[in-house]
Amino acid sequence: MTLYGFFFYLISAVVIGATAIAITRRNLVHAVVYLIVSYFGTAMLLYLFGAPLLAALEVIIYAGAIMVLFLFVVMMIRVEPTEEVMFPLSQWLPAAVFGLIYLVTAIVVIFETPGSQASLIAMVATPRQFALYVFEQHWFSIEVISILLLLALIGALHLGSGKGAGESLSTHHAGARLAERRDPDRGASAAEEEI
Amino acid sequence: MIVPFSHVLVVGGIIFALGVFCAVVRRNLIMMVLGIEIMLNAVAIVFAGASLRWQNLDGQTFVLFILAVAASEVAIGLGMIVYAFRRTGSFDPSNFNLLR
Repeated sequence: MTLYGFFFYLISAVVIGATAIAITRRNLVHAVVYLIVSYFGTAMLLYLFGAPLLAALEVIIYAGAIMVLFLFVVMMIRVEPTEEVMFPLSQWLPAAVFGLIYLVTAIVVIFETPGSQASLIAMVATPRQFALYVFEQHWFSIEVISILLLLALIGALHLGSGKGAGESLSTHHAGARLAERRDPDRGASAAEEEI
Repeated sequence: MIVPFSHVLVVGGIIFALGVFCAVVRRNLIMMVLGIEIMLNAVAIVFAGASLRWQNLDGQTFVLFILAVAASEVAIGLGMIVYAFRRTGSFDPSNFNLLR
C-alpha cells in the first residue's frame, strides 16, 4: 500500500465516521459541525484524486457557504428539542432487510465488474487545464447552470421576503396556536400508530 | 498508484447510504435537507474518482455542476423551511398537512 493509498483509507474512514456521527445527533448545531469535518475530508479526497480546484471549491462552497447557511437557519429559528420517535420495529425491519440485500448485491457487482480492479494513477488536472476544458467543451452547460443559480436566487428572495414579510407576525402567532392546539391529537395519533 | 477504483465506489456507496438513512429516518426538515446534501457529496466523490479512472475531465466538470445544484437546492430548501416554520411553528414534516 502506497502512501497515497494509506491517505485514502484514512481520510475515507474520517469522512464516513464524521457523517455517521452527524446524522445521529439530536442537536442540529453538532450535526452541522460534524458535517463540516466530513466536507473537509471530502475536499482532501478530491485533492487526492487530482482536482485541486474542486477541492478549493468544496471547502469554499460546501463547508464555507452551505453549512454556514444551515447554521444561520438553526440560530435564527428557536428549535425546541423535540422528541423524535423512531419508527416501530415492524416498519423498519423490512426496510433494513431490503436495504441489506441491495448493499450486498451492489458490493458484489462492484467487485465483479471487469476493470474495477484497475488501480488509479496519481495525476493532477491543474486549474488552468480544467478551466480551459470546461469553457471549451461545456460552455452551454455553464450558461444553463448560471440560469439555475439565478432562478434559485429569485425563488429564495420571493420565499423570504415576498408576501411572507407583511403577514409573518400574525400568521406566526396563528400558526403557533394552531400547532399548540393540534399537539394533543397529534400525540394521540402517534400513540395509535404505535399500537 | 492510489487504490483500486472499486474501493472509491464502495466509499461513495457507504456515504450515499448514510445520506439516504438521514433523509428517510430523521423527522426533522433540516436533517432531511442535510441528508440530501450528503448524497450529493457522495456522488461528487465518485465522479471525481471516475474522472481519474478514465483520465477524462468530464467527471470533474460534473462535480462542478453538482456543487451549483447543491447550492441552489439548499437556498430554495432552506427558504421553504423557514417559510413553513413561520406558518406552522414546527419542523416536523408530518405537521405540514394543510393544502393551502
